[in-house]
Amino acid sequence: MTGHDAYDDERPLAGTQVALIDLLDRLLSGGVVITGDVVLSIADIDLVRVSLRAVVIAIREQLEDQWAPVLPDRTPTAYDHGGHGDEPG
Amino acid sequence: MNGQRLSYAYAVVRSSDPAAQRARSALAGLRGVADAPVALVRSGAAAAAVSAVPGAEFSEAALKSRLEDLDWLEATARAHHLVIETLAARTTVLPLRLATVYLDDSRVERMLAERQEDFTALLDRFDDHVEWGVKVYAEIPALSDPAEPVPSDPPDTGRAYLRRRRQHRQAREETWRAAEEAVRRTEQRARGLAVERARHRPQQGTLARLPGENVANDAYLVPRLAAEEFRDRMLHAADDLPGVRVEVTGPWAPYSFTAPLEGVRQP
Repeated sequence: MTGHDAYDDERPLAGTQVALIDLLDRLLSGGVVITGDVVLSIADIDLVRVSLRAVVIAIREQLEDQWAPVLPDRTPTAYDHGGHGDEPG
Repeated sequence: MNGQRLSYAYAVVRSSDPAAQRARSALAGLRGVADAPVALVRSGAAAAAVSAVPGAEFSEAALKSRLEDLDWLEATARAHHLVIETLAARTTVLPLRLATVYLDDSRVERMLAERQEDFTALLDRFDDHVEWGVKVYAEIPALSDPAEPVPSDPPDTGRAYLRRRRQHRQAREETWRAAEEAVRRTEQRARGLAVERARHRPQQGTLARLPGENVANDAYLVPRLAAEEFRDRMLHAADDLPGVRVEVTGPWAPYSFTAPLEGVRQP
């Protein structure tokens, strides 16, 4: 229980408008997924696919090609996290 | 199930007194998803921010179609985020995935009790840390746009055309190299400050409104004490690289660093 006093509302005011796409990056592929007793097994709904359909596919048909890694291989680093299983690091 | 109220869970915090009190005061008066008040449900060492939502919108069948509706998705995502951001300003939070829904609060309590050790371990890791988003953009000259001839030039010759094509290709390659260098620099500059990195897909499509091509879309978990230094380092990582820009978003609650608990199943 260290450091709770460090929270002094230094963040931007709650409600500050963030870009929807940055939010969806986090809400649809991040956050703890709990399976088991959830009435909705959200794990069964592929939210990444949902976001693709909702956000991207409307204007880009050749999605899979477009999303190939843009840059040459980057060397994984010690703290690399692996990106939620979207694709191997 | 449609007339039923379900329990929508946003995030987990510690249930010990200082943390729970801070969470409660943060949630007071706040409206969450479906404009419902948000309450704290405690069980064991963990507590969850929860609100009642209509089964007609959040049943499994309803959700599947609602999630395809961008307006609904945006409203829900923003409401979910508001609750998490409000909590994160006051205490350490563990964000849950969008649309984590239980039959009722007693199921939430049971889940908290069963998973309290996992939750506590993650909360310990997130204490006094923030997430920064770091995106690298490159203004790549379009492939289909080999610089138009200047009107005053003499009529185009085959040779002049080829020269323009070559110059255009070189400009593209130089911008790509600068973009790669910028990505390397963000990685190098993160070392020693960030404790973890997660990668998101580069952003494309109608919602990617910033100019240029997004070539890297990373998230870093950074100790709060180093947060400003980290942001400054990133913002200046591409200062001398033409055609390349680094955008920093955040600070965010640690949305991108929750993977270890993903896929946890009942034994």
